[in-house]
Amino acid sequence: MQVPSQVEYERATSVDHALTLLSRPDTRIVAGGHSLIPMMKLRLASPEVLVDINGLTELAFIRCDGDQLRIGALARHADLLDWAVAGEHFGIFADAERVVADPVVRLWGTVGGSLCQADPSEDLSAAFAAARATAVIRGRHGDRTVPVREFHLGPYETVIGPGELLAEVRVPVRPGTGSAYEKVARRVGDWSVAAAGAVLRLDGGPDKPVIASAGIGLTAVGAAHFVAAQAEEFLLGRVAGTESFAAAGRIAAEHCRPVADQRGPQDYKRHLVAELTLRALRRAAARAVSR
Amino acid sequence: MRVAVTVNGTEYAREVEPRLLLIHFLRDELRLTGSHWGCDTSNCGSCVVWLDAKPVKSCTVLAAMADGRAVRTVEDLETDGQLDPVQQGFIECHGLQCGFCTPGMMMTARWLLDHHPDPSEADIREAISGQLCRCTGYENIVRSVRWAAKHPRAGQP
Repeated sequence: MQVPSQVEYERATSVDHALTLLSRPDTRIVAGGHSLIPMMKLRLASPEVLVDINGLTELAFIRCDGDQLRIGALARHADLLDWAVAGEHFGIFADAERVVADPVVRLWGTVGGSLCQADPSEDLSAAFAAARATAVIRGRHGDRTVPVREFHLGPYETVIGPGELLAEVRVPVRPGTGSAYEKVARRVGDWSVAAAGAVLRLDGGPDKPVIASAGIGLTAVGAAHFVAAQAEEFLLGRVAGTESFAAAGRIAAEHCRPVADQRGPQDYKRHLVAELTLRALRRAAARAVSR
Repeated sequence: MRVAVTVNGTEYAREVEPRLLLIHFLRDELRLTGSHWGCDTSNCGSCVVWLDAKPVKSCTVLAAMADGRAVRTVEDLETDGQLDPVQQGFIECHGLQCGFCTPGMMMTARWLLDHHPDPSEADIREAISGQLCRCTGYENIVRSVRWAAKHPRAGQP
């Protein structure tokens, strides 16, 4: 039987109330709880105080606001999946949310929780990094923004300080953009063996589409900040197509740093990075052209 | 701490430790042992109940988080001595063998049918993809849910 350590429980009634509660030492936010509570049961996490933010519905939104998609930290995975599918935009979020955990877990797990958990195999961290999203962090003295590419300090560590919480994630929306996410996992609900997300903006018409901007996110393979920066740089200004995409995949595979574990050896993971990057880029480009 | 949870329409108030998991609250405090405590790692889904009308793996929720909320367990599927079509489907199509995963499977199936009255086989497999059955190979569970979809009770979707 797995039992968490003794813990105090507080329920936040407003964002300000949550921020006040969070100023106590060794306090953790619980929302969906589907990462934190299993870790507490294994005694990998033993916070002294839990602050339940499930009542803060003002953080549970998903909407387009001008040239930004805004996702509240308390939006559930299932909500983002439904929204992304219904909107037919942001293919990367529809693809990624379909493979986050399983449908029951997705009803409770939150977008903000996934980012803040900072698991090195997290899917949304790679998707938001590919999309060059921005995290909005709220503290008692107001908001600050941090690019998602600078949000994670390392495994299970983020830039969020004591007395702060992640309020929302903002994703830039540009015409001519297509995106996709490709994951290989051993079974439903498992972490990735490897996964790649791509966001492409194309110029120059359908006959000879040129890559105006490229974002490539990788997860579970030790890519710094979940990004394949050298592959992104390589693609800029090149003609979109299998040749350039395959080369980008090879570059991404070369520069990531996977470790051998029960999910596979290093060379297999590098092989997956090359192949999944190619596939994600190809689908992202097809979606950019079709829109 | 004191929690008051409405379970199957009845409010139960209990003094509990904040670390108590919802599955143990239901089974040990309320003696509602229909929900099963399985893997303890959010993988198997035998502990699925509804929390505020959505399925949840109750080994991964604190009872404290359910304070003031509504929980529905497998004990509530039967009404006035009549089995829910999902329960009847599991009987008709032999949807269980050892029965350990069954309460969780049925609670997810009921939720699926409430939102998607005529699910395809693929829809059903997707819905229960986070739940494990080590006996049936899932074939008969899928048939059971299809049976329930074809035999809705009057007034149900």
